[in-house]
Amino acid sequence: MLAPKARGSLSEQVLAALTSGQVSPTLRDVEPDGPEDAQVTLWSLYELHYRGFEDVDDTLEWHPDLLAVRAGLEAELEADLRERCPEVDLGDDFAAGLFSFIEQHDGPSVARFVQRDATHEQVMDLLRWRSIYHLKESDPQAWVVPRLSPGPKAALMELQYDEFGNGDPQLLHAHLFAQGLAASGLRPDYGAYIDEAPVEVLEENNAMSLFALHRRLRAASLGHLAAFEATSSGPSRRMSRGLSRLGFPAEMSAYYDEHVEADAVHEQLAVRTIAGAVVAEDPSLVQDVVLGAFTCLDLEDRFAEAALARWGAVDA
Amino acid sequence: MREPTPSPTPTVVMCPGGPMLLRGKHVVEDADGNLHETRRPVSAVCRCGKSALQPWCDGTHKVLPERDRP
Ligand code: FES
Ligand SMILES: [Fe+2]
Ligand SMILES: [Fe+2]
Repeated sequence: MLAPKARGSLSEQVLAALTSGQVSPTLRDVEPDGPEDAQVTLWSLYELHYRGFEDVDDTLEWHPDLLAVRAGLEAELEADLRERCPEVDLGDDFAAGLFSFIEQHDGPSVARFVQRDATHEQVMDLLRWRSIYHLKESDPQAWVVPRLSPGPKAALMELQYDEFGNGDPQLLHAHLFAQGLAASGLRPDYGAYIDEAPVEVLEENNAMSLFALHRRLRAASLGHLAAFEATSSGPSRRMSRGLSRLGFPAEMSAYYDEHVEADAVHEQLAVRTIAGAVVAEDPSLVQDVVLGAFTCLDLEDRFAEAALARWGAVDA
Repeated sequence: MREPTPSPTPTVVMCPGGPMLLRGKHVVEDADGNLHETRRPVSAVCRCGKSALQPWCDGTHKVLPERDRP
């Protein structure tokens, strides 16, 4: 993919530095114009660690001046996420406590709207926005693997192996989504729709990278994973029904159908054998799990509100 | 630093209020006598009877009132 378009002064200067290779230490003094500028800059810097950009030199991935800009943006994002997150007591039974914390969280649902009311055009918007994460589905959590002890490590790999197609690239979840996009007449290539991704999508993406790239935040990454998996089966079923209602091709529904079944397994693994095992070994990590889980739910609420507002819709 | 020793991994796990997890390859016979092969490292077999994807769990147990959960 090509580097995204700038959305303000900071992203303009950082993206210019990336594409020209002329990186100056003064970049770290540039203030972002606002959240959109900050998030697209952070997204672009993170992307250097995933697949990179065709128009950016690969050696910039570890450039100290770019890492300094990234660190500043990360500190602000992390402070925001922590400030939004309530203190939660999960009780003595970690798995039951985490499941019930996630179940009790109530927010607007894009999937419910898609099932019943969305137009074809609105679902096409949604698929383009979702493509930013679904085309790199489970990639962030792969960074957490080497930071875990044997129990949680083996458990996370058991889940990831399923996300990555059980050895068959055709079944890789990101690939299923790409096939759905192509069949729906959308571009299946990685990052194709980054320039139209709303700031809420960028923030969802960046939070996952933040948690996954910092070892000290590994439990937040796993808490995020747990909440993500535990809010997937039901919404995926509603998405699939909405897609069928609107006549979308079978390849697109297949991605969601797979998630109804897979995530009914993954939620149990993520809560019990992965996050549960990490917390059993080190109970001081519970609050980080909560931070990750809450962030997942809260950022999805923000995305849903923004998406529904943009469509002039309400989730009834 | 000593890593904690992982305990032996069970092949069958009963999830309180939820499905039964099956680790590895199994053939599951559903209530109508149809056979279903597992096709993931771990599969979740519905125990609440309400899944629309029998014999697999589809998360429906979570919307059941507490007393109807397995
Ligand atoms: S146990 Fe999950 S749907 Fe029945
Ligand atoms: Fe997936
Ligand atoms: Fe999953």
